[in-house]
Amino acid sequence: MSDTHAQTVAYVRESMLPEASPPIAEKGAVKWLRENLFSGWLNTILTVLSLLAIWYLLSAIGPWLLNAVWNAQSLRECREILDGASGACFAVIKDRWHQLLFGFYPPHLYWRPVLSLILLFVALAPVLFSQVPRKFLGLSALYPFVAYHLLWGGSVWLPVSVILGFVLGYVAFRVLARIAPLVAITGAILVPVLWWIFFAGTFTSAMTSVAPIGLDFVRSDRFGGFLISLVIGVSGISLSLPIGILLALGRQSDMVFVKSVCVMVIEFIRGVPLITLLFTASLLLNYFLPPGTAFDLILRVIIMVTLFASAYMAEVIRGGLAALPKGQYEAADALGLDYWKAQRLIIMPQALKISIPGIVNTFIGLFKDTTLVVFIGLLDPIGLSNAIRADTDWNGIYWELFIFIGALFFIFCFGMSRYSMYLERKLKTDHR
Amino acid sequence: MKNSVFLGAFAATTLVAGLAQAQTTLETVQSRGELNCGVSTGLAGFSAPDGNGVWQGFDVAFCRAVAAAVLDDPMAVNFVPTTGQTRFSALASGEVDILARNTTWTFSRDVDLNFTFLGTNYYDGQGFMVTRDLGVSSALELDGATVCIQTGTTTELNLADYFRVNGMAYEPVPIETNAEAQQQYLAGACDVYTTDVSGLAATRASFASPSDHVILPEVISKEPLGPAVRHGDDQWADIGRWTLFALIAAEELGVTSANIDEMKAGTDNPEINRLLGSEGDLGAMFGLDSEWAVRAIAAAGNYGEIFSATIGEQTPIGLARGLNAQWTQGGLLYAPPFR
Repeated sequence: MSDTHAQTVAYVRESMLPEASPPIAEKGAVKWLRENLFSGWLNTILTVLSLLAIWYLLSAIGPWLLNAVWNAQSLRECREILDGASGACFAVIKDRWHQLLFGFYPPHLYWRPVLSLILLFVALAPVLFSQVPRKFLGLSALYPFVAYHLLWGGSVWLPVSVILGFVLGYVAFRVLARIAPLVAITGAILVPVLWWIFFAGTFTSAMTSVAPIGLDFVRSDRFGGFLISLVIGVSGISLSLPIGILLALGRQSDMVFVKSVCVMVIEFIRGVPLITLLFTASLLLNYFLPPGTAFDLILRVIIMVTLFASAYMAEVIRGGLAALPKGQYEAADALGLDYWKAQRLIIMPQALKISIPGIVNTFIGLFKDTTLVVFIGLLDPIGLSNAIRADTDWNGIYWELFIFIGALFFIFCFGMSRYSMYLERKLKTDHR
Repeated sequence: MKNSVFLGAFAATTLVAGLAQAQTTLETVQSRGELNCGVSTGLAGFSAPDGNGVWQGFDVAFCRAVAAAVLDDPMAVNFVPTTGQTRFSALASGEVDILARNTTWTFSRDVDLNFTFLGTNYYDGQGFMVTRDLGVSSALELDGATVCIQTGTTTELNLADYFRVNGMAYEPVPIETNAEAQQQYLAGACDVYTTDVSGLAATRASFASPSDHVILPEVISKEPLGPAVRHGDDQWADIGRWTLFALIAAEELGVTSANIDEMKAGTDNPEINRLLGSEGDLGAMFGLDSEWAVRAIAAAGNYGEIFSATIGEQTPIGLARGLNAQWTQGGLLYAPPFR
């Protein structure tokens, strides 16, 4: 209609000026630097000091990493290649990575632990992510048996007979439920236990002689390295949550016996250090059991670690329960829900939601605590780093091994922590 | 993973039910087809797994010799790594049949802990290592030195005794593990590092420039390291003890893993013939066949061969025979006669 600068009245401006770019100090990197790094004399000093510290660290570590030797047979050979220069000798990782990951697991069977790790993530998917259909949860419940069979091997009928026990328990529950609920629960516990004690062994050997299928058996003492950390950590984590919930509920119970038992268990286990429990598992249990009993050391350790984590878990969940307003309990009562329904539908979803950071904290702590098994002679990654150093080829090597082990643990712990943040965001625990 | 716990418990209970009662250790080992041997979780030259997960070392070789004698297979050994804290209870509880873990033979361990030591397979002693720059040639010149010392060990007590007896002062730098000690010593946190001489030699061998460090000639304690078994089964103790003596006697008599096949057919030395079973039947006296010693020696060689292959002067650890030479060479190794 008109020119850009057409003015109907001389002193009224009607059109916009074209946008000018902001002054150089107010845009881009310069602005960011000014605002975040040099916004005052204190921050400027801190920035300069930090830069100096980073430079100092990099100048020390940088050449060490850049000169890293990857191909050598021993530390001596590394030193010859480096010829006096500072440099990492990652050849030890190349030489021994399989031991740090799998311990003494037979090399031609490495696919079995790897497959069970992959299946672990598959089985976890329906539990962790609501996008995956619920019906896959049944498959997740089968995972422990599959993983046991993959890792230890032996006759396939042993895990099958254990699953059969659970199936029998369920059948007994459905059949007896018509008589009385108490009878049904008793039957559901008694039938599988009787099956496992008296018939499962016969069933397993009978089926094995009829159809001897199964993987090669791998003994527990072949397990080591990161495999052992994962086996102990994953079993401990997956068992401690349900046991912890039961202990927390037991502690809140009105029944004197249940309550005092739970309080005693929790307080006793929280009162002793994990290392004491591990020594009990490794040393004392042997004296109580009949001589010659080969009660698997890894199994003993898993039991102790699980008990330890469960006690802490119970207290974390009790914190969540305490944070719930009393009105929630009363509302559940008013709806006419019985105790378990009230817990399942109203109390636990909220209490667990509140406790997520604490629960994941316990998980991560438990996973890292698995390295304590080094003190009872199990060759976890730390234990193996000692064993590797005892080989005359690699005697005197430290940082490379510890960096590798640290990186492995970081991946898993960081993954867990990111997942808990995702879950918190999804469930919006802060009630905004 | 949840139910692996249960499965294991289940497997354990069935195992208990199937176990026969009251066997001798020899019968147990033979029916199991495997020797459970307690070793260190890793000590350079004495026991360490190699890149293929096969255990190697001086203590390991002794276990293989026993397994060869008892089971006719030097590889039929299940090595149970034990720490300083778990070793004795592992042996006492029956988790291991024999403990070969560079364990010092002392009165209380032998008597109070109810173990039987089978002899000494390595005579060790506590020594000192210093940097060459320090210009010290004798431990008696160490007055006022800072000393890296592992806490809670007999070496700590020996050190205190030695300095007090010689009227010298020292400043201890407490250290938890050997690995930490190496780092502290190299970083100059202490002038002197003290532990068993074999450990010092292994440590020095791992340094970038071993020749800059000297192990002083003084040895201030007696550390006879030997394998041990439980009290109460003298037949088993005899098997272990005489396997060790067979390895020692074989070196004295010139029987090696190379010439053993010729010698077992019979020689003109009756002692060799009795040892190797071509004359008499010594093995039957403790429930083995007559060729038990042949297999034990063939497993990894005689004492001298084992020594030079694992910790001797040809290896990076480079220990001299010293006290561990045959009695005929001025050492302390002295096997009783085989007759």
